Amino acid sequence: MIVSDPILTLSGISKRFPGVRALHDVSLALKPGRVTAIIGENGAGKSTIVKILTGIYRPDEGEIRVRGEARSFASPRDAWAAGIAAIQQETVMFDELSVAENIFMGHMPTGASRLVAWPEMRERAQALLKRIDAVIPPDFKLKRLSVAQKHLVEIARALSHEAQVLIMDEPTAALSASEIDDLFRVVAQLKSEGRAIVFISHKFDEIFRIADDFICLRDGEKVGEGSIATVTQAQLVRMMVGRPVDQFFPKRDVAIGETVLTVEGLSNATEYADVSFSLRQGEILGLYGLVGAGRSEAMQGLFGITPITRGEVTLEGQKLSIAAPSDAIAAGIAYVPEDRQDQGAILSLGIRENVTLAGLTKHVKGLFLSRASEQAETRSLGRKLSVKAAHWEQRLAELSGGNQQKVVIAKWLATRPKVIVLDEPTKGIDVGSKAAVHDFIGELAGEGLAVVLITSELPEVMGLADRVIVMKEGRIVAEFKRGQWSAEAIVGAATGAGKEAA
Amino acid sequence: MKALLRNRELVLALILVIGIAAIGAYQPAFLAWGNIRDMLTETSVLFMMALAQMVVILTRGIDLSVAANLALSGMMAALVSQYYPDVPLILMIATGIVTGLLLGMLNGALIAYLGIPPIVMTLGTLAIFRGMIIIIARGDQVNASEMGVAFQAFPKQVWLGLTSPVWIAIAVALLFWIFLGFTRAGRGLYAVGGNPVAARYCGIDQRRQDLLAYSISGAVSGLCGYLWVARYGVAYSEIASGYELTVIAACVIGGVSIGGGIGTVAGTLLGALFLGIVMTALPVMQISPFWQMAISGAVILAAVVINARAERRPDKLILPEARRLRRVTP
Repeated sequence: MIVSDPILTLSGISKRFPGVRALHDVSLALKPGRVTAIIGENGAGKSTIVKILTGIYRPDEGEIRVRGEARSFASPRDAWAAGIAAIQQETVMFDELSVAENIFMGHMPTGASRLVAWPEMRERAQALLKRIDAVIPPDFKLKRLSVAQKHLVEIARALSHEAQVLIMDEPTAALSASEIDDLFRVVAQLKSEGRAIVFISHKFDEIFRIADDFICLRDGEKVGEGSIATVTQAQLVRMMVGRPVDQFFPKRDVAIGETVLTVEGLSNATEYADVSFSLRQGEILGLYGLVGAGRSEAMQGLFGITPITRGEVTLEGQKLSIAAPSDAIAAGIAYVPEDRQDQGAILSLGIRENVTLAGLTKHVKGLFLSRASEQAETRSLGRKLSVKAAHWEQRLAELSGGNQQKVVIAKWLATRPKVIVLDEPTKGIDVGSKAAVHDFIGELAGEGLAVVLITSELPEVMGLADRVIVMKEGRIVAEFKRGQWSAEAIVGAATGAGKEAA
Repeated sequence: MKALLRNRELVLALILVIGIAAIGAYQPAFLAWGNIRDMLTETSVLFMMALAQMVVILTRGIDLSVAANLALSGMMAALVSQYYPDVPLILMIATGIVTGLLLGMLNGALIAYLGIPPIVMTLGTLAIFRGMIIIIARGDQVNASEMGVAFQAFPKQVWLGLTSPVWIAIAVALLFWIFLGFTRAGRGLYAVGGNPVAARYCGIDQRRQDLLAYSISGAVSGLCGYLWVARYGVAYSEIASGYELTVIAACVIGGVSIGGGIGTVAGTLLGALFLGIVMTALPVMQISPFWQMAISGAVILAAVVINARAERRPDKLILPEARRLRRVTP
């Protein structure tokens, strides 16, 4: 190993958000010509580090040094100027503009006239793309490119700034195997040019292929670091999850009843295949996997949102044919989407109109809707979920975020479901509210509902679920019963490190 | 008081009352019952057309073809009256309504099922409908002398002090109020406009709602087509030219959000009444027609600005002192 001074060092970085400690005393050194993998569960603090490196967040404590010199990034611009560029998970680029314009956005070459020097810009874009062997015409509109090609454009954009540190946040999530090979060739080349690369991925095979060093985060703290050659997958998994989880989630004892729902071979053309499971009254089924494993998509198929090509759904002995959400709702399936505010709430309508919307059929008396029946339903559910509002006709836009979420949940309970799918119910809410949500999920199961809990948080699934099924790349890869699982085994199955970890 | 001022229907009604009083003080003839009745009759078509347009705008759409639809449906009704004078009046009116309905369904079906943007689709059908009038009338127009007597007499009938178009507008407004407030389909219109994704998760089919909205818009245009042609005693390709903009303006003044999901029957009626008064009062006040257009435009812009302020999302009130302040006014 060639010993050289790090390009960038973070030391003693801490960052707090209200109710959450995102990072605590994390240090990191990025050396030229080395790929450093940051690993950790969802919520371990990986994205926070990326945001601090790129100037989106400012650390509460700690120091950033670039080539030995202390710096503070007040904005993403400062980070760019310091030679740090990120290739983001969801690429932030301009679909309707050309490749060349995307590469030079913000620093387009201009001539003496102060107008954009198009020929020069095109030429320089071409040269940058050639350096990374990308065959992309600079005049193409970005929207014509594949995700892999967009990554290459972003890398070219970084090179146009002569970036010395490149951060790749799950760059392979949407790529095919051969595209990943191409990307890794580019990474190897950037390495040989002496740049430092930060690589974030959930996939262990990729980490072992491309990374030189690693740091492992858990709950915002660094729990391990070193050279990738000195660890095994099993050791990494243990570092990631190594914590006692059970005591946080006192699970209720619920009598588990008859089988309610059976799903056989549910498949979609491109997103998921052969998803089969059964679910009983009062049971909480955890659906674990990495982000993008196809869990939400499969459940949306069950709910009639994504089309299913094959598969059988039986609810209480009745075979269902679900072509649209209205079929699923009528049969007694409810789906509380992940982004409850964007996909669930109708801000321009009042609380009553939101609460009764999904189960509106119930309130039709003769030809018309019964206002009294709607009001009664809203009152009883609003009180049950302790929605705080001036009155039940208040527009949702005037409520706080937490109360909007309660209204959305009330809406789904109003359909009197037998099966309720909760998609990441605690995503983006603070620790205190999480406990309330967990308690509420237990209460639902206690009332005899069958619950499917989609979550990416291991403690949550291990604390609440009676059974866990794990999905990876659109298929179910493992199933565990309560008491017969270990954190390592679940994460192993989800990440594909299963054989070594088990 | 502040809460009352936030209710835009009340504000609009207040402005109307003050405005009418001011005009009346300046020109007492304006407040004569006969004049008010004429003004209401004149505005009755606008009332109905604005309500229909509101239904479309609620779904985040727009129907620019309404005036062309009105003209084509009116021409169809007039042609029936000209060539089949023995047909009962009710069938002639039905001809207008059914023609308008079919034209609206054409818009709705293509927008809903082929995903054509509403503004493009209805801009296209606007031109097509106008062109079709020339084709079916062979480039000619239908004059008062060619239409049946009953055909023309109906809009001039007075019941209980109000003309038949005003009574029809009242009936239509009542139907809209019931439809939007007390039916599943009506609620669905607000839902798909307010948040299409959330509406989909609730089992509401956006395409069916779209088809419904444009069909309603078409049928109302057809009804108004008959009333227009019969009242003014002439049908040709250019009647109600540009009227779609007046209709949309009435909606905007009445507080219908162009972004979809927000709008009330009362607000839209007040918006139409407001425009109706402005357009009938300005000539009474002997303001030049050139200024009339400029004043109408300024009124519309003012309404949009007020609307934008009303729809601003409330602050989060992060500062504790701000929350305390807010709590004082429940």
